[in-house]
Amino acid sequence: MSDKVKFTIDGKECTGKKGQLLVDAATENGVYIPVLCHWKDVEPAASCRICTVRVNGNYITACTTTVEEGSTVENDTPEIRDMRKTIVEMLFVEGNHFCPSCEKSGDCDLQALGYLYQMMVPRFPYAFENREIQASSPKIFLDKNRCIFCKRCIRMIKDDQDRNYFAFKGRGNHLEITIDEKLAAGMTEEQAQRAMEICPVGAILRKEVGFITPIGKRKYDKVPIGSDIESQNKKGGEK
Amino acid sequence: MSKPIIATASLAGCFGCHMSVLDIDDRILKLIELVDFNKSPINDIKNFTKKCDVGIIEGGCCNTENVHVLKQFRENCKILISLGQCAIMGGLPAMRNNIPVKECLEEAYFNGVTVGENKEKIIPNDEELPIILDKVYPLHEIVKIDYYLPGCPPRADLIWTALEALVTGNELNIPYELIKYD
Ligand code: SF4
Ligand code: SF4
Ligand code: FES
Repeated sequence: MSDKVKFTIDGKECTGKKGQLLVDAATENGVYIPVLCHWKDVEPAASCRICTVRVNGNYITACTTTVEEGSTVENDTPEIRDMRKTIVEMLFVEGNHFCPSCEKSGDCDLQALGYLYQMMVPRFPYAFENREIQASSPKIFLDKNRCIFCKRCIRMIKDDQDRNYFAFKGRGNHLEITIDEKLAAGMTEEQAQRAMEICPVGAILRKEVGFITPIGKRKYDKVPIGSDIESQNKKGGEK
Repeated sequence: MSKPIIATASLAGCFGCHMSVLDIDDRILKLIELVDFNKSPINDIKNFTKKCDVGIIEGGCCNTENVHVLKQFRENCKILISLGQCAIMGGLPAMRNNIPVKECLEEAYFNGVTVGENKEKIIPNDEELPIILDKVYPLHEIVKIDYYLPGCPPRADLIWTALEALVTGNELNIPYELIKYD
């Protein structure tokens, strides 16, 4: 028996492998499903919910669902777009996102989703929470104002003994990302660079390299997030 | 038919958004064919002399004077537009929002590295001075705002595209590159 699975996303015929996550299969088929916490081949956190799709009529996160033969997936419908926009707006008001002074601006996935969904203003009131910046590590800043709790740094950045540099502290409203300052003192350049790259927002930034890419040349200045995936989609996908 | 009338103001902003309005370059000639200006720092008209169609406001509200001007605009303009990040979310001035006002004032007048001598420890409080608010408020948290044009500053092309659509009644189509938060 073949392990190929056939399904559709917004009417487009797609093929995946048995047991493959829907979000990864979509990417291989040239369909962009937005993600903020997902990272291929890393255990899912499913914390951001931005990848929510409708599979056979039920809402579910594409980063925790595997492809099923014959299933019908809705991804880029007006309803789902508005739901995703709502999530983006909630993330914007929940943290302190002063894009004009953020080094990640132009390369930030959260901001890019705001652009994609044409968020002009969030529909919720700003929280203006008091959050600190942890700047004691020699290689990176941890700006808690911008953390969206995707858990990528916790899941992915470890030292050679598998110890975590990053961890969550507190619960609910008081949840915050924090860094093990002692361990972080020994962080290598590569680890610092990697941590900055996997953080979808500007919460983890390498020191001394800020604003290195000029405006106009940054990742999302000219093209929307996901267009690299959609451009593999030779037929259709144009909007 | 008479031309639509526009008024503008800069509250807790840096005038960058107004500069961006001027950045529409020679299209400004087309703009003055399309509209008339009333109260605005661009023509230095200080007070409303008539009701306006469109009010464009840069900057958030950081003091009582800002709130007063904003309310005046709401009363005198049919349509209000929040122009730029400060108007929309407080912008960089709102970086003080989770620092108590007392601490902000003490930093500004006593402790800051650029503060000169202030032996008597005076924080200016003349009654002529507007009172600083507990935090910087986005405009739409104080009055109803009809449209938002983000950016720091909003791109001149965004301002032009939006204004042209608004005064001509044509459909507004905003290209991807024009919506930016920086
Ligand atoms: S992390 Fe992204 S959304 Fe937040 S301030 Fe930086 S660029 Fe803006
Ligand atoms: S610091 Fe960045 S990578 Fe870590 S949880 Fe926060 S947003 Fe995610
Ligand atoms: S990417 Fe699926 S929940 Fe975050």
